[in-house]
Amino acid sequence: MTSQMESAQPPALDWTALGVFVFFFAAVTIMGFLAARWRRGDLSLLHEWGLGGRRFGPFVTWFLLGGDLYTAYTLIAVPALVYAVGAYGFFAMPYTVFVYPIVFLTMPRLWNVCRRHGWVTSADFVEGRYGSKGLALAVAFTGVLATMPYIALQLVGLEVVFEAMGLSAVAGKETPLLIAFAILALYTYSSGLRAPALIAFVKDAMLYITVIAAVVIIPMKLGGYGAVFREAQAAFAVKGGDTGVLLKPDQYWSFATLALGSAFALFLYPHSITATLSASSSDAIRRNAVWLPAYSFLLGLIALLGYMALAAHIKVSSGTMAVPALINASFPPWFAGFCFAAIALGALVPAAIMSIGAANLVTRNIWRPYVNSNLSDAAESRIAKIVSLLVKVGALACVLWLPTQFAIDLQLLGGIWILQVFPAVICGLFTRRLRPSALLCGWLAGMIAGSALAWINGLKPVYAVAFGGGVYRSIYIGLIALAINLLVAIVLTPVVVTLRRKMTLDRTLEMDYEDAAV
Amino acid sequence: MRKLLPLLLLAPFIALLAVPFYNRAEPSVAGFPFFYVWMFVWIVLAALLTWIVFRGSRA
Repeated sequence: MTSQMESAQPPALDWTALGVFVFFFAAVTIMGFLAARWRRGDLSLLHEWGLGGRRFGPFVTWFLLGGDLYTAYTLIAVPALVYAVGAYGFFAMPYTVFVYPIVFLTMPRLWNVCRRHGWVTSADFVEGRYGSKGLALAVAFTGVLATMPYIALQLVGLEVVFEAMGLSAVAGKETPLLIAFAILALYTYSSGLRAPALIAFVKDAMLYITVIAAVVIIPMKLGGYGAVFREAQAAFAVKGGDTGVLLKPDQYWSFATLALGSAFALFLYPHSITATLSASSSDAIRRNAVWLPAYSFLLGLIALLGYMALAAHIKVSSGTMAVPALINASFPPWFAGFCFAAIALGALVPAAIMSIGAANLVTRNIWRPYVNSNLSDAAESRIAKIVSLLVKVGALACVLWLPTQFAIDLQLLGGIWILQVFPAVICGLFTRRLRPSALLCGWLAGMIAGSALAWINGLKPVYAVAFGGGVYRSIYIGLIALAINLLVAIVLTPVVVTLRRKMTLDRTLEMDYEDAAV
Repeated sequence: MRKLLPLLLLAPFIALLAVPFYNRAEPSVAGFPFFYVWMFVWIVLAALLTWIVFRGSRA
């Protein structure tokens, strides 16, 4: 056993691992199709297909959101970053700590107001709140734009798993991906949000088993956690640069601002909002803000796998292969197949929800207002189903024909972009003092500034800002762009007020945001 | 008093944005440098505080 840990052989196809993998994948596929009958509703209505009829209680929502937010790419990329640079990769932990208080304070209000008006997307809310089609379009456009590369990265996660199982060497890179993709597309089309909700139960259970087994068994083989940290530190000492199991002082600001900015961004993504709005009550969301940190704990443990890979002397050319190689080296084939199935399902659940979230936005906020305003309910649901397919085909094309780095870079930009709807969506939940046209200008300024800063910075997430006296601090570009965005919106609001005294219509009342009296 | 309860949710932000404070190896727990212990502890504490605010808002 221990000799295995020393060498990460080029993966050869293992039939036991593949058999276990195919078994779980097939079982989940059947579940995906049967999900259409679960809590049966009329799937020709958008809120039934795209929000599961808003009937998911706290328990189902916990699995759905957990399965949605902690994606396959997270499972691979977070330990990959830890494997490459160490402590800096752990910004994911404060990030997930910050997220839930924010969710607790904002999302119940969004749920209440959307429920009261039958809204399905964040752009629906923005249109109703500000009476501005333009601002709603900006929110919808940003959401779709930020989601596409996110879906592409889930497919990259699948690719990594197939490669680690030795499947790519036998069946080629494209075929397994195309099969997985076709399955995903079909059950999303037929069952809508019910499919990922049901699959999330299995996926999350498998994931907890995988991670708990890994964080108990692997360190035992390596001589305990003290040894893991020592070995990792020794590996970083050889590597040099800004690496180590503790942060370097010049990483403090980027660590903190990346965590904070990512936390603000997470619940602006269409897939997070879709899963949130599918809850059955605002209290279901509050309870989830209390219990979802269990997944954050899991994520911290997953990040540790990066150190274990170093301590086990796993040598891989690309950091993304660190965890799969560690799994291959540490577990018997049947359990490796189980772990890989867990990661692969970790790609399918979020990919399904992301494509549904994007489809809801396109149908409700782009197609309906700009292409055909008198859609029947059935036609609206049909268009959403087709759009969910198109979004996935786009992501697949991106993965098959463009370099992987392209999807990763776009995903980084996506995080910066999605933050720019914060003033319209989140501030809008509490105040309407900022005028829609000022918000639109702020959004444009934030989008341009954020993209430009990322571009001139070689597509790195942080930018060194001068703080007088020759002091430079590296700050997450998404937050810099958000500050510019807010500043523009705040400065322009009084200008807009003097130019155009008439207020646009607000279709919401203060009581719409509060919990309904029982 | 009840109106002030959500202010408890500021605590996790203060605790985890104070990076220089917890970026240290000692005191370590079970082989984990303090940096990691602090972050894991705050996952639990943040959830606990959220629960307190949730309960407090409906009592």
